[in-house]
Amino acid sequence: MTPSVLAGLTGAALVGLGLYGLILHPHPLRKLLAFNLIGSGVFLVFGIVARRGAAAGFRFDPVPQAMVITGIVVAFAASAIAVALILRLAAESSHVTLDPEVWSKPNGGDTQ
Amino acid sequence: MSLRPFLDVILASLVLGVAIFTITARDLFAAVVGYVAYGLLLAFVWIRLYAPDVALTEAAVGSGVTGVLLITAGKRLGALKDVAPDRQPGLALKLLTGVLAALVASALGAVILMLPDPPPSLAPEAAAAADGPGAGLGNPITAVLMSYRSFDTMLEKIVLILAVVGVWSVGADKAWGDAPAPLRQQKAYAPMVFLAQMLAPVGALIAIHVFWTGANAPGGAFQGGALLAAMWMLTMMARLAQPPRVDAQWLRLALVAGPAVFLISGLAGGVVAGSFFAYPQALAKPIILFIEAFMVLSIAVALPMLVAGPPSERQDQ
Repeated sequence: MTPSVLAGLTGAALVGLGLYGLILHPHPLRKLLAFNLIGSGVFLVFGIVARRGAAAGFRFDPVPQAMVITGIVVAFAASAIAVALILRLAAESSHVTLDPEVWSKPNGGDTQ
Repeated sequence: MSLRPFLDVILASLVLGVAIFTITARDLFAAVVGYVAYGLLLAFVWIRLYAPDVALTEAAVGSGVTGVLLITAGKRLGALKDVAPDRQPGLALKLLTGVLAALVASALGAVILMLPDPPPSLAPEAAAAADGPGAGLGNPITAVLMSYRSFDTMLEKIVLILAVVGVWSVGADKAWGDAPAPLRQQKAYAPMVFLAQMLAPVGALIAIHVFWTGANAPGGAFQGGALLAAMWMLTMMARLAQPPRVDAQWLRLALVAGPAVFLISGLAGGVVAGSFFAYPQALAKPIILFIEAFMVLSIAVALPMLVAGPPSERQDQ
């Protein structure tokens, strides 16, 4: 197994792990962390596409690599917006959760 | 027989092990620390894929700055209220999710094993871009980012500005125009202050070097800008500097400088070199470095502003 196939399979496993955490973690910040894990797994899968596309004297295809660099920065920007929304949600309400059942109760699930 | 295959397997298992820890860790802080370590290990995997530029970006932005963002968010959330011990999902749901995740991962894995042969590649076009409009750039990644796909790179800078606008706009109405809350509420520890005083000047120099050398070697505007951003955040965490007011003129100018210079150069290319975002061959390298210098400035300002969050009312002292 070549190093790039191994890295690609690692990326696939990371996507699975991140998906598991994204669905099961009740805490929104943990969900965000898991989502970032999915993102880096996808980047890694794209990374082996770049490695396989070696041609024209390069050991890699520079175009997918440049797109991954752009992607990492955009993923960070999206995470920052998500964090701002989560913190505002927590400041405005009495609970930190994305559980729709809690929100659909008549008093917003607030029992205090 | 070489040792490399074993090292690759060990590296892959380390990455997966730390990722599992990140998902299963009991508290948020441990999970974030795990995520930062995971990002650094992932940078090694990128180096094994002959992608040192991506490795630098992953280490600086993917693990470093994202780690600071999540740790700061966790502290602010903890200061707002105790996060209630949420209902844990039942065993059936866990099993079902596990099966779903395994299915998705195996499907992706199967796709990777069945990738087309010979692989499609844009490397010849990128090589042509490095020789042609991006002439004089020894680093093909920088040539792709600044010449072959320059429009994308310019739009990405605009995405960063939009993100800053998005973060600022979730602030409370009363706080508008004020500065974001300090990255650290309490008085800083002396070692933290010492670290910031020692590391920040050196780090700023390294950041400028990474940007400058990025024309010919791994590095570039993203990596240099992220490093500068990290140094600014370090001084803010040591409380040697405070986050600026969001209505400060210099802050807004610095935020838009990168994309503005990029766009103006692109439009000028239409007049001088015959097409949008084209550079005159002889001057390509100086022009690209000129644009990149402003991009470094915008990135170095935008990333800390994204971490610092929306403006908040002054409550310290």
